[in-house]
Amino acid sequence: MVEGSESNRGRRAPGAAVTASEVDLWFGREILPLEAALMQFLQHNWRNKSDIADLRQEIYVRVYEAALQKIPERPKQFLFATARNLLIDRVRQEHVIPIEAAADLEALEIAADVPGPERILSARDDLRRLQAALDRLPMRAREAVILGRIEGLSRREIAARMGIGEGTVAQYLARGIRELVEMFYGEPPRRQP
Amino acid sequence: MSEARDTAGTAREIDARAAFWVERRYFGEWTEDDQSALDAWLAQSVAHRVAFVRLDTGWRQTERLVALRPFKPEQTEPRARNWTLRAAAALAIAAMLGLAGMHYVSQPRDRIYATGVGGHEVIAFADGSKIELNTDTVLRARMTTKERTVWLDKGEAFFRVHHNAANPFVVIASGHRVTDLGTSFLVRRDRDRLEVALLEGRVRFAVAGAHAQSSLLKPGDDVVATAESVSLTHESRGELAGKLTWRRGLVVFKDTALADAVRELDRYNNEKLVVADPAIAHRKISGTIPVGDIDGFIRVVRDVLGLHVQNDGNEVVITR
Repeated sequence: MVEGSESNRGRRAPGAAVTASEVDLWFGREILPLEAALMQFLQHNWRNKSDIADLRQEIYVRVYEAALQKIPERPKQFLFATARNLLIDRVRQEHVIPIEAAADLEALEIAADVPGPERILSARDDLRRLQAALDRLPMRAREAVILGRIEGLSRREIAARMGIGEGTVAQYLARGIRELVEMFYGEPPRRQP
Repeated sequence: MSEARDTAGTAREIDARAAFWVERRYFGEWTEDDQSALDAWLAQSVAHRVAFVRLDTGWRQTERLVALRPFKPEQTEPRARNWTLRAAAALAIAAMLGLAGMHYVSQPRDRIYATGVGGHEVIAFADGSKIELNTDTVLRARMTTKERTVWLDKGEAFFRVHHNAANPFVVIASGHRVTDLGTSFLVRRDRDRLEVALLEGRVRFAVAGAHAQSSLLKPGDDVVATAESVSLTHESRGELAGKLTWRRGLVVFKDTALADAVRELDRYNNEKLVVADPAIAHRKISGTIPVGDIDGFIRVVRDVLGLHVQNDGNEVVITR
């Protein structure tokens, strides 16, 4: 709590030693690019797929809260240790341990050491994925996203262009944001040959 | 399992709410009240904050990728074939700018366009304006119905502006300011030198820092500003055209000193040319060659100037 305490503008959790905006930056730079690997890890180690969005959120919250105290030195190891611990907690907490829920805990220990392929920063690949995410949207939503994203129009301009209400455009765009980000971070990258 | 399902529902709900905020901030009219409401929501829980940071950061990333797509290929066929390089450069820039970009009060609608070494892109904007980026260039644009501002952070760009008296188009480079009054013009930013050449129409050029000191340029005017001085010359159409040959993928040398020719070509190529001997740096060279054609240039240097050229893997060294 000694250094860097002159500014409290970034919200601080009680007793936190790092400002929220520093953690935001770190999180975006170090943790989010690991999301594809994390998703692979979760999908591999947790049978109930409908839990995965929740698990990911819980892991991110734990990592973020820890980083508010002290930025972890080895982000990747820290992320996967957190993920593994959460899965172990979940298995233990369940009143009835779903037999198929997790592979046995020992397997989890091993898996944490091999977190799967790291995200490859290949822009060509990213572009392909972006295109795929766009293609996945329903036609009208895709049109709204393209007008907003590629032509740089505002919501009002898009509404006028498409002849629909701003509220509908907002829904289309919000959906597009979620799909594109999911694709960008969450989907395992195809390996470059 | 019902408990787990409830929280899963919550994760999705939070995500949807975060998307609502990101959408609003990018596409709606963002007010102080909106910012306060967002701040309050973010302060409610770390889960809110994490979801927002994820979508906001991710959305910025997709923006930079979109900016790299060839826009309206009807203009000129995109010449740079090296996608990876261009994209890598842009990603590096994205990483560099990430820090500034993360302040949630910053303008969310600024967009970044970049070309790598040898790159060449045409950006067509919704207002009808077009910007053509030359090699190794970084440009930020804030194009809204109220404001049209472009920052040339690096490199060279040719502007054809769709004039709108109610919403002037401003280019800022090295602190100097060019305000369009209906025009096409060229702005080139080198390390210690900024050049503005006006082809058509009128622009107002304001020197960095000196608000009062601005002048109206006429077609043919060519301003060169360095740290020490600002000079204005008037050039013929032919001379101006010579500055724009890159738009057709060519460099033109006309009694150009070898050292200057090499410096010009280096802007377009990763393979660097070196004039090892000061005695030959002033030898003159003339001709037109494609910007990427180092081999062609080497042939001219060898056959016409009679110099020795050696490729040592990293550099192409020119000696007597």
